[in-house]
Amino acid sequence: MTSNLKIAIRFTLITTVLLGIIYPLLVTAFAHLTMPSKADGQLIVRDGKVIGSEIIGQNFTGDTYFHSRPSAAGNGYDAANSSGSNYAQSNKKLVDRIQGDVATYQKTEPGKPVPIDLVTTSGSGLDPDISPAAALYQVHRVAMARHLSDASVETLVQTHMQGRQFGILGEPRVNVLELNLALDDAASQH
Amino acid sequence: MTANGWLQILIFLAVLIALMRPLGLYMARVFEGERTFLDPVLRPVERTLYRLCGVKAEVEMGWREYGVAMLLFSVVSLLLTYLIERVQHILPWNPQKLAGVEQALAWNTASSFTTNTNWQSYVPETTMSYFTQMVGLAYHNFLSAAVGVAVAVALVRGIARKQSATIGNFWVDTTRCILYVLLPLCLVIAPLLIGQGVIQNLHPYTTAQTLEHAATPQTIAQGPVASQEAIKMLGTNGGGFFNTNSAHPFENPTPFSNFLEILAMFLIPAALTVTLGKMSGSSGHGWAVFACMLLLWFVGVFCIYASESRPHPLLHGVDQHVSASQAGGNQEGKEVRFGITGTALFAATTTDESCGAVNGMHDSFTPLGGMVVLSNIMLGEIVFGGVGSGLYGMLVYVVLAVFIAGLMVGRTPEYLGKKIEAFDVKMAMLYVLIFPVVILILTAISVLAPQMGLSSLNNNGPHGLTEILYAFTSAAGNNGSAFAGLNANTHWYNITLGFTMLAGRFLMMIPMLAIAGNLAQKRSVPPSPGTFPVNSSLFTILLTGVILIVGALTFFPALSLGPILEHLLLQHGILF
Repeated sequence: MTSNLKIAIRFTLITTVLLGIIYPLLVTAFAHLTMPSKADGQLIVRDGKVIGSEIIGQNFTGDTYFHSRPSAAGNGYDAANSSGSNYAQSNKKLVDRIQGDVATYQKTEPGKPVPIDLVTTSGSGLDPDISPAAALYQVHRVAMARHLSDASVETLVQTHMQGRQFGILGEPRVNVLELNLALDDAASQH
Repeated sequence: MTANGWLQILIFLAVLIALMRPLGLYMARVFEGERTFLDPVLRPVERTLYRLCGVKAEVEMGWREYGVAMLLFSVVSLLLTYLIERVQHILPWNPQKLAGVEQALAWNTASSFTTNTNWQSYVPETTMSYFTQMVGLAYHNFLSAAVGVAVAVALVRGIARKQSATIGNFWVDTTRCILYVLLPLCLVIAPLLIGQGVIQNLHPYTTAQTLEHAATPQTIAQGPVASQEAIKMLGTNGGGFFNTNSAHPFENPTPFSNFLEILAMFLIPAALTVTLGKMSGSSGHGWAVFACMLLLWFVGVFCIYASESRPHPLLHGVDQHVSASQAGGNQEGKEVRFGITGTALFAATTTDESCGAVNGMHDSFTPLGGMVVLSNIMLGEIVFGGVGSGLYGMLVYVVLAVFIAGLMVGRTPEYLGKKIEAFDVKMAMLYVLIFPVVILILTAISVLAPQMGLSSLNNNGPHGLTEILYAFTSAAGNNGSAFAGLNANTHWYNITLGFTMLAGRFLMMIPMLAIAGNLAQKRSVPPSPGTFPVNSSLFTILLTGVILIVGALTFFPALSLGPILEHLLLQHGILF
């Protein structure tokens, strides 16, 4: 018993150094030598300022931008406080929230059913993507607000659609931040 | 459900089956102490470690000493992690200047990670420093997994050996599992994950001037995620670096990273069935056990996939159809990039074993989808199961199945040449009973105590009961996933769940080691015409039946008051 206790104490300390310190620092060093941008979170820098991460969603509320999904992270897209709503399907708050958002969207698109992902919160509250259906749904609103033709905005959406990875895995999607940046870029060129 | 969805599931299965056999045979060599291709590099490290720790590698232990060593190590490492959490504010790698962790939470978290549960009552981004995550928590991801494998291997030795007083050396089994299995696989998986976009740094959180709201900047949490993510999945730990675990884009950025993470969860537990076949000398038996696991896994995936694809019955003006341009179905708590398929596959896998990582919020699943993930844990996570714990949990059911088959024909049951006697069956029943007793009693107390139990609920009605039931099931099963709406960061839940996790781990490991020790010392009897073959499809069916009957008899009443009732009420338009 006492000999096993001595071993237990030494074993804990030595393996802590190996697995808790050497291993993660080794991986960190490797990541920074080979894939520095990915290791730092694929940050997007414009005019010397970080404006976000390619793979972390942001909140968009104006008509001139495509909207992300609703978010339960903090006050919405709080990337230091990720969270889902954790509402059950039988929770009245869920149904009320969805119907409220549907009513807002249908103001500009009367009677047109809203794609489900556009009115549901994601698991992380930081989903960078919406479905192609949810992007196409917003084309008319964005085009009107920016005084562009529906066709030109739809073309932009089409070019930003990502298919399934390797043609098989996951679901088709549109990265909202990238799409909105492209919208701004297109506007500044005119 | 779509053709592409099924294709994704079948590809996953094909890759798993292709990889499990070589890995299983390799692990058999590792635990038999034979030479492996990594020996030139790792053997010197292994020897140095034994020398520094004072381990006598050639001396084997009986089951009692093996158990004592396991417990002593768990206590020491638990205390170290508790200490690290409490004083993290004076330790390095804390760029966010987070304070020391409060007592009850620190206790709960240390128990949680030591027992391979990785239940998380806290929001990691705002609670745990990088040092605590790396040195306190990710460390246990390695060790709790290695301890689980060690106990499983000891049990397999017990089955395989004849008239032996010992079942191996705990320190050697644990060390070899870390050095030869977990560490090399992590060094392969972590870079692959970084390549997909999982972050790995020690920077302070980033402040971003967002496109539309530059005045209210977005703070983006950072950290050494990939190194922890690899072992979190591989060791079936499941404790997220971030609050939302593998739903967070920095933990699981792409469909391929999702595929890798699911594969990493399943790989070692599936391979251990091959190791069982190899070490026990009956590869047919390994496959029969694998077939039973595969069947139960597949049924789970199918049920969750089907259930989550269904539209919510009470929504108007919403397009919930599955089509080429959207995944449809129940999207609350799911990420667009994974869709229903990627979430269902992940959810079934993480609860079939004791992983508990999530890439979607189980609390927001449809009532029946949520019931399946809960039932998976209730069956004891023996479908591939946790690293090690799944195999030994399954072997308990194997002992029971053999025992029941023996009763049916009126013979003393045998298992791979060993007579199964009263002591073995008593220990197996102890294992089967401790689990529901802990879960059901503590759930009942929580429900009856409004101040302590019910005030934490996020959803009312039958779903509230399911939240509490899920919490104790997850803790007892050392799963760690949650119906996360329940606020478990209270004194009541932190303390009771902490004890539940310890009971679910150690009260179940010790009967296991007792069976191992008892089987090891028995003589082997040659098979006779009356021996029930444990490598046949009939055995697979009987084993599946025993698992389902024990599980259903134990938990059906509780399930009928939770998810089943919620489903029926929802179909009638009743909300809470």
